[in-house]
Amino acid sequence: MARFTPHTEADVAEMLEAIGVGTLDDLFADVSPKLEGDLDLPPALSEYEALKEVEEAAKENVAGLPIFLGAGAYDRVVPTAIGAILSRGEFLTSYTPYQPEVSQGHLQVVFEFQSVISELTGLEVSNASVYDGSNAVAEAALMTARLTKRDPKVAVSEGLNPRYREVIETYGVGVVDLPFDGGMTDFSKVPDDVSGVFVQSPNYFGIIEDVEAASEAAHGVEALCVAVCDPIALAVLESPGALGADVAVGEAQPLGMPLLFGGPYAGYMATHEKFVRQLPGRICGETVDKDGRLAYVLTLRGREQDIRRAKANSNICTNQALTALAATVYAALLGPEGLREVAELSASKAHYLAGKLGEAGLDLRYPDAPFLWEFAVELPDVKKANEALLENDIVGGLDLGDGAMLVAVTEKRTKKELDAFVEVVANAG
Amino acid sequence: MLGELIRDKGREGRRGYTLPKLDVDETDLGEVLPKKSLRKEKPKLAEVDEPTVIRHYTNLSRKNWGIDTNFYPLGSCTMKHNPRANEAAAVVPGFAGIHPLQSEDQAQGALRVMHEVQGFLAELSGLPAVSLQPMAGAQGELTSILMIRKHFEDTGDEGRRTVIVPETAHGTNPATASMANFKAIEVGLDEHGCVAVEELREMVDETTAALMITNPNTCGVYERNIKEIADVLHEVGAFLYMDGANMNANMGRMRASDAGVDIMHFNLHKTYSTPHGGGGPGSGAISCTDELAAFRPDPVVEKDGYNYTLARPEKSIGRIAAFHGNFGQILRAWNYIKMHGPELKDVSDMAVLNANYVRARLGGAYRIPYDELCKHEVVVQPPKGKKALDIAKGLIDHGFHPPTIYFPLVVKEAMLIEPTETESKETLDDFVGAMLELAETEPEELEEAPTHAPTKRLDETRAARQLKARW
Repeated sequence: MARFTPHTEADVAEMLEAIGVGTLDDLFADVSPKLEGDLDLPPALSEYEALKEVEEAAKENVAGLPIFLGAGAYDRVVPTAIGAILSRGEFLTSYTPYQPEVSQGHLQVVFEFQSVISELTGLEVSNASVYDGSNAVAEAALMTARLTKRDPKVAVSEGLNPRYREVIETYGVGVVDLPFDGGMTDFSKVPDDVSGVFVQSPNYFGIIEDVEAASEAAHGVEALCVAVCDPIALAVLESPGALGADVAVGEAQPLGMPLLFGGPYAGYMATHEKFVRQLPGRICGETVDKDGRLAYVLTLRGREQDIRRAKANSNICTNQALTALAATVYAALLGPEGLREVAELSASKAHYLAGKLGEAGLDLRYPDAPFLWEFAVELPDVKKANEALLENDIVGGLDLGDGAMLVAVTEKRTKKELDAFVEVVANAG
Repeated sequence: MLGELIRDKGREGRRGYTLPKLDVDETDLGEVLPKKSLRKEKPKLAEVDEPTVIRHYTNLSRKNWGIDTNFYPLGSCTMKHNPRANEAAAVVPGFAGIHPLQSEDQAQGALRVMHEVQGFLAELSGLPAVSLQPMAGAQGELTSILMIRKHFEDTGDEGRRTVIVPETAHGTNPATASMANFKAIEVGLDEHGCVAVEELREMVDETTAALMITNPNTCGVYERNIKEIADVLHEVGAFLYMDGANMNANMGRMRASDAGVDIMHFNLHKTYSTPHGGGGPGSGAISCTDELAAFRPDPVVEKDGYNYTLARPEKSIGRIAAFHGNFGQILRAWNYIKMHGPELKDVSDMAVLNANYVRARLGGAYRIPYDELCKHEVVVQPPKGKKALDIAKGLIDHGFHPPTIYFPLVVKEAMLIEPTETESKETLDDFVGAMLELAETEPEELEEAPTHAPTKRLDETRAARQLKARW
C-alpha cells in the first residue's frame, strides 16, 4: 500500500467488489499504451530517512552567513508569528475559495492583503494572484496593451531589473529602451506608440527614480505608467498612485517571506478602480450573506479563464494566498511605523556602508544619485572581492559583470558585519 | 464579529514586533532623498500587538476548511493529504536562508535537489528534458505553448496559428493559447467524453500548432485514443501537449512519452502534495522531448561531473520567472517523491480505486454521464429537479467540502468528485451517505443550505455591483 493511504487489503477487496472488478489492474483496462514494469525511482524512504537527506543536501549550501545580495530578493527579518499562522492546516491545506461559506478565513486574508497593497501603493484595487515580481511586471505589460488597445510594447530602461525585463519579453511584449544616465532614467523621449512606460523605484541599482516624470511622459503619449516598487520602500516613499502611476506592481518577498532560493514569493499588482476589469487574477470583494452579515467573496469573475476561456484577460488561475497571508501578517505585526523603521534601519546601514567604502577609496558607480539600501560600488576585481568575502564568512553582493558590485543592506546587518565587509573588500585588491 | 478586520482591532501606537536597534549613525532620509519622493501620509495599516495578530488570524483560520479539517473532494484539484515532512523540509535553514543569486558553488545542495526532481519527472513522464521554473500549472501551460511557438519560429514554419482544445478542457488551456498568440479552437467529444478523433482529423492541417489534451480528461475518463490522436497531430507536423493536472491517475500506469505526448506540465502542488495554501503558490514544472528541449526556459540545472550548474538552453524562450521557480515547492516535491519511490504507482492505484468506488456507490441515485471505468475522479449529475449548487451547499451542512461544480462545461449540472488516495473507505462511505440523503431531500430545504457554516449563502451580485475590495 502507498504511504499516507489508509486502505487495508480487506478494504481494497471490498471496494473492488463494490465496483465489480477483480483486481486493481482491471481499473486500468482502458489505459493504452500501458506502462509495463516498475518506475525507475530510488526506493521509498521513511520520513526520518528522507528528512535526513534534506539536512544533508542543505549542508551542501552556503547558508547562515550575512548576505549582501539583493537585486529583487532581500535577506530581511521574518517574524516567527508568520510561520505559526502559515502552518495552520485550515490555511495550508485549503484551496481557491470557490465555496465562500467555508472559506471566509482565506477570503478575508486576501481582502486584507489587497487593503495593505492599496494603502502602500495609493491605488484603489489590487489582487493576490500574481506569482512573483517578474510575473506581476509581465502581466502589467499585457494589461497596458489591453487598456490602451495598442500592441503590447513597453518602454523600459536599464533601471528595470533585467530579469523582469526578460520575463516581459518571454510573454511576447515588445520592449524599447529609454536612455539611462547617472543611475536614472531619462523619460523625456518616450516613443508615442508604446502601451506602457515602466519606472522601477528604487531601481535595479537602488536609486530613487522620478515616478512623476515617468507618469507624465506616459500620459503624454496616451500610454499607461507602471511603477515597480519594493513594498518596504513604500513605507517611506510617496505612493506611486499619488505620483500619477496607473499600475503599481512588485515583489512582496520582503514582507515576511524567506529567501528560499527564489521562491515561492508573491507578486502584487494594484491599479485604479476604473481599470479593474483588466486586472488579471482573483479579486476578493466585500458582501453580505442571506442574513445580512458582512462576508467576503471572489468577485468580477467574468474576467477569468474558467468563465471566459479564450477571451479571459489572463490564464492565471492561482491565488497566491499562502504567501499573501505571510505578507498580511507581516504588515499587521510591523504596522506603518514598523515598516518605516525597517526602511530607515536598512537605509542608515546602507549609507554607513557606502560612506565607509568611500573612506576606503572605493567609488560608488552613481555617486550623485539618491538611494535607499542598495547601491553599486566599483571594484577592481569583483570576483576576487566576493571570494575574499566568502573566506571571511560573508556572502558578497551581485557581480554586475562590468567592474561593479551591487550591494544590498537590510536591517539584519550589524555594524560588525558592515565593518568586516569594508575591510575585506578594501584589501581584496 | 464576522468579518472584522485586523485594522479595526488596533490603536495608534501599538506594535507587534521589535527590530534590532540601530548601531550606526542614523541617516535622515529627508536629507538624502528628493523631497517630492518622500511619503507625506502614513499608510493606514493595522497598529496591533502580537497577541492580537495571532488571535485574529487563528480565528480566521477557523472559518476556513482545509484537507486537515474536512473531506475535500474538489475535482481536478487533487486535494490529498499534505505530509508534514514536506513542511519540515522547506524550513530547514540551509534551504530557507539561501539567496537565489548565490553562486552555483554556494548552492550545490539546492541545485542537486532540482537536478534530481528533473530526473524524477523525466522518469514519470518518459519525457527527458525538464524545466522546474514555471510557478503554477497555468504558467507551465504557457511555457509549453511558448516553446512550441518558438520551435515553429525556429524552423521557419510561420503559418501555425491555431491550438486545439477539447470541449472538456480546463479554462486555462484556451486562455493560455490566447496569451501565446494562438487562436484557440474546440474539438468535440465522442460518446465516452473523449476527443472525437475523426473530427480532429478533419480539423488539423498545416496551420495547427498543437492540441492541448488533459489525460485523464476532466470527465475523469482516460483518453483511450491518445496514441492515435498523437499520430494525427504528428502527421501534420503539430505537437501534442498534455495538461498534467490529472497525473494523480497515471503514475506507474502510463507514460506520456509512450502515448506520443511531446510536452506536458505537472502540478507539483496536486500530484506531489505540496500544499495548495488557499490557491497558491503552486509549481508547474514541464517535461518535453529532446526535440523541444532547446526551447526550455532559462535556466535549467545540469550536472557536470560532480558539480551542478545552471545553463541556458540553446534556443531558450527566455526567463518565465525571476529566479528558479518556486524552489520551496520543488523541495517539498523532492521529499514527497523520495518518500514514495516506485510506490507512486500505489498512489495512483488507490486514487483510481477511491473514485471508482464513489462512482459505483452513487450510481442510480445520481446520473453518471460516462458510466464506465473512471480514473481518479468521476463526474455525476444530481437527480432531475435538483441543482448541483444546492447539493453542494447541502454537503457543507454534512461536513464535507463540495466537489467542483458546473465543470466540465459539457455536462449539465456537473459535480466533479475527486476523492484522492488519502481518504479511507469510512470517509467515502460517509460522503456517499450524505450524497444519497441529499438526493432525497426536498429542493426547498436544500435551497436554505448551508445553515451550519460560518456564513449563509452570499450575495455575489452585490459584491460585483458595489465593488469594495479594500478597507
